[in-house]
Amino acid sequence: MEDDAPVIYGLEFQIHIVDFDDENNIINKNVLLHQVGEIWHISTSPADKGVLATCYNKPSDSKVLTCAAVWRMPKELEPGGHESPDDSASPAHTLELLCHLDNTAHGSMACVTWEPTGDGKKVISLADNHILLWDLQESSSQAVLASSASLEGKGQLKFTSGRWSPHHTGTQVATANDTTIRGWDTRSMSQIYCIENAHGQLVRDLDFNPNKQYYLASCGDDCKVKFWDTRNVTEPVKTLEQHSHWVWNVRYNHSHDQLVLTGSSDSRVILSNMVSISSEPFGHLVDDDDLSDQEERRPEGKSQEPPQDSVIATYEEHEDSVYAVDWSSADPWLFASLSYDGRLVINRVPRALKYHILL
Amino acid sequence: MAAAAAGPGTGSGPGDSPEGPEAEAQERRRKAHGMLKLYYGLSEGETAGRPPGSDPLDPTDLNGAHFDPEVYLDKLRRECPLAQLMDSETDMVRQIRALDSDMQTLVYENYNKFISATDTIRKMKNDFRKMEDEMDRLATNMAVITDFSARISATLQDRHERITKLAGVHALLRKLQFLFELPSRLTRCVELGAYGQAVRYQGRARAVLQQYQHLPSFRAIQDDCQVITARLAQQLRQRFREGGSGAPEQAECVELLLALGEPAEELCDEFLAHARGRLEAELRSLEAELGPSPPAPDVLEFTDLGGSGFVGGLCQVASAYQELFAAQGPAGAEKLAAFARELGGRYFALVERRLAQEQGSGDNSLLVRALDRFHRRLRAPGALLAAAGLAEAATEIVERVARERLGHHLQGLRAAFLGCLTDVRQALAAPRLAGKEGPGLAELLANVASSILSHIKASLAAVHLFTAKEVSFSNKPYFRGEFCSQGVREGLIVGFIRSMCQTAQSFCDSPGEKGGATPPALLLLLSRLCLDYETATISYILTLTDEQFLVQDQSPVTPVSTLCAEARETARRLLTHYVKVQGLVISQMLRKSVETRDWLSTLEPRNVRAVMKRVVEDTTAIDVQVGLLYEEGVRKAQSSDSSKRTFSVYSSSRQQGRYAPSYTPSAPMDTNLLSNIQKLFSERIDVFSPVEFNKVSVLTGIIKISLKTLLECVRLRTFGRFGLQQVQVDCHFLQLYLWRFVADEELVHLLLDEVVASAALRCPDPVPMEPSVVEVICERG
Repeated sequence: MEDDAPVIYGLEFQIHIVDFDDENNIINKNVLLHQVGEIWHISTSPADKGVLATCYNKPSDSKVLTCAAVWRMPKELEPGGHESPDDSASPAHTLELLCHLDNTAHGSMACVTWEPTGDGKKVISLADNHILLWDLQESSSQAVLASSASLEGKGQLKFTSGRWSPHHTGTQVATANDTTIRGWDTRSMSQIYCIENAHGQLVRDLDFNPNKQYYLASCGDDCKVKFWDTRNVTEPVKTLEQHSHWVWNVRYNHSHDQLVLTGSSDSRVILSNMVSISSEPFGHLVDDDDLSDQEERRPEGKSQEPPQDSVIATYEEHEDSVYAVDWSSADPWLFASLSYDGRLVINRVPRALKYHILL
Repeated sequence: MAAAAAGPGTGSGPGDSPEGPEAEAQERRRKAHGMLKLYYGLSEGETAGRPPGSDPLDPTDLNGAHFDPEVYLDKLRRECPLAQLMDSETDMVRQIRALDSDMQTLVYENYNKFISATDTIRKMKNDFRKMEDEMDRLATNMAVITDFSARISATLQDRHERITKLAGVHALLRKLQFLFELPSRLTRCVELGAYGQAVRYQGRARAVLQQYQHLPSFRAIQDDCQVITARLAQQLRQRFREGGSGAPEQAECVELLLALGEPAEELCDEFLAHARGRLEAELRSLEAELGPSPPAPDVLEFTDLGGSGFVGGLCQVASAYQELFAAQGPAGAEKLAAFARELGGRYFALVERRLAQEQGSGDNSLLVRALDRFHRRLRAPGALLAAAGLAEAATEIVERVARERLGHHLQGLRAAFLGCLTDVRQALAAPRLAGKEGPGLAELLANVASSILSHIKASLAAVHLFTAKEVSFSNKPYFRGEFCSQGVREGLIVGFIRSMCQTAQSFCDSPGEKGGATPPALLLLLSRLCLDYETATISYILTLTDEQFLVQDQSPVTPVSTLCAEARETARRLLTHYVKVQGLVISQMLRKSVETRDWLSTLEPRNVRAVMKRVVEDTTAIDVQVGLLYEEGVRKAQSSDSSKRTFSVYSSSRQQGRYAPSYTPSAPMDTNLLSNIQKLFSERIDVFSPVEFNKVSVLTGIIKISLKTLLECVRLRTFGRFGLQQVQVDCHFLQLYLWRFVADEELVHLLLDEVVASAALRCPDPVPMEPSVVEVICERG
């Protein structure tokens, strides 16, 4: 497929589309103006690569309200469209507003998440203590609130993060508020499971294992990354404690789910190899069936210890807190991280490990 | 005598001495002399006093044995002149005369003696003749006597034979009489209860009766006897079965029955059955003692009871059995061994039940004494019945109890440790209620340490009883080796230290990470305790143990260094956790203060916010708390007056320098560039880095965590102009008071700078406050 890995990140009032040409090691940048306010969260539609949703601060006098909207980027800037001129001096493009997710009744939007496998018509947004399911109609030009649920409890409950599970035909959503992780059924908008005190402190981010349907990773202010089996939430399956400050992001690799990426405000990005809880079995059972060309390699492989969970690499290129990490959707061996000082770092999985996983 | 007697006769004419008779006389005299000389064993030369050298065979020598007068005269005549011849002749004559007179004197002197000798001989001749006659008479008399004697014996011979025969008949008759009287005697004996006597009689008669049973009369006697014997046996058995009369009498019964020829095997069984009955009664009484309802006697009494009752009984039975049934061979011994094994097993089960009741009690000395008794008691039957394995089983029980005891002590130590912790918790909680300051952490630590140490020592002392010299089982290999090394050293001491570390570590992993579960002071105290253990206590305790229990076992033991490393690791984790917990407390305070405030519509700052004062107060309190237990530690060499200087740098030049470009939104990259360049020269701050064991390091950790939280929280908010100024004031205030707690004050400056810079970035209208105003506000606050 295409080698280009589009990465999108937000800065105040601007959206930059960075094109990374793997073959030539060239980076192109296109700037989209986002005139309505500073962006706090950004997510792209899985169905239409030109459509994205943002959560932004609406500047108003003496009050900050975070709103959400769905946008379409200009055709020529869509990832993969090579016709765009390379001159960086070209005037900044403007996003085309498709619709607002009206949140006046529900408070600040914390995040927007798209239905992962759907046709780009369903969006969930988290607003203060409400979880809102929107139906985008008429080619996303109209957002209708399909259903909603809200958290009730003592104090100010506020969702910090949410994630739509790629499994169960898109009926499950996980959300985080304070130290608790909750699972929701989008059909009934009712709670499925609840992990109380999942982390010692605030839970910052969640991610679903793309290949194992009950596995969920979470990270938080207690510097830990935890892996959960949502069928049994009393104990985490696995806990990593490699960062020395809050972990802001955790991401599974889209195809090789043993690769887990975490970014933290200790300015480090850590790539871990979670073999023991990955969907890929030890010793490559698939290879064993393929007797013809694996014959001579097998005794060697048998004698090896089952691989251990380990840190593959710690990336220390950032000087300040890392607030976002993500994998490339096109190349499974490529990932990017973004830190407070505006530095975007694109890294590859070490070649040796890549071959180890592939072979 | 003959020569002497002849002497006077020949020497009668001394005057006439021609040469012929002269020489003859010489000759004779010489012969006589020679014979005397021979008799006295002297050589002739020596007697004559001749010069030795002269030839004794010289015929010319007058005194020589071979004197030849002719040769001598020849020689004289030929050699000597006349005058000399004359002289020698006169000389010779003179000599002859002298000799003659000498001879005469001798004869006179000895004459009387000859006469009396002759008389004596004559008298003897007479007496002998008389004696001969008497001897002859004696001989005849003796012959007569012999004759008589022979005749008498011949006459008596016949009668003697008859007497012998009669004596034989008499003896036989007496035997027969005994036989005929036997039934009545036996009956009487049986009636009188003299069973021994009866059995002896029966034993004597049995063979004879057996032999002559073909004779009807004997047959009758035998039948009678058998009847009586049967009755006797029955009575004996009866007595035996009644059994009331103690083991020795029973043994006697059995002995008698054996002598009566009862089948030994059956007797074995019966004997054992009876012994079993008795021993079972003992066991039942023991069990009754054990029973839950009556107050159980103490364990020593119990084992005494068991020892004297059951074990003594078993001993008696065994020795009696072995004595009685020695002839039974291995089969009999096997039977006894099985018997002892079974009953012993039941006894052991009882003892174990009793000992199990003892597990809860704390008194080791009583238990050890009881075990000692128990073990000692069982040595006798153990030696007697090696096959039954009683001694081994007893040793096993003792070992098991010892092991359980060790486990009990370990539990006790753990409980003591937990108790200490509870006490500390209470002590930590109490003063706050009372309103008093300073719970005296150091004092609490000393209390805990000494209390644990004394508990350990008490346990060691209690366990040491098991290996005391006077205890009978202390020289068993288990107690000499494994008990000391694996049991006491590894199981008890090392186990306790490990469990202590684990307990302490569990406080780090407690789910209540919000800090509510464990008071931070306890964490601090435990950390110090572990550190003390690492530096001194562990090696002290282990040395103490090794000294008390001279470990001879070669099995590997945990080295001191490993334990120390574990303790140190625990101390480090606890301290790190303490830092995290305290950091979290302050972080939460800061975070709430940042998150809940509306920074856009805030008023112009007039004061330092109360929460900052609270932060400083708390930090000071923590500083005091840590200072109670940990040493100061080292800071970077920056003098105390540096606060002023750095403050001015911080607030004026650096701050201005950094804010200036960021006022203009058109050039935001400059800020980033500047901050990046600055970061190039400063070290990366590891927020949750491991701490060292000193106050400064702990405080540095806490402050780092707190300030980093502040930074991250500020970055998530949007500030109005006055909001930014408030942050500025707060940061300056923190800067004023926090620098003195940390190892490197540069760190505080850096983080606070970072906070203010971030706030400025998050502010759409960043107008910083005048540094002088900030200063004034802070000093006023």
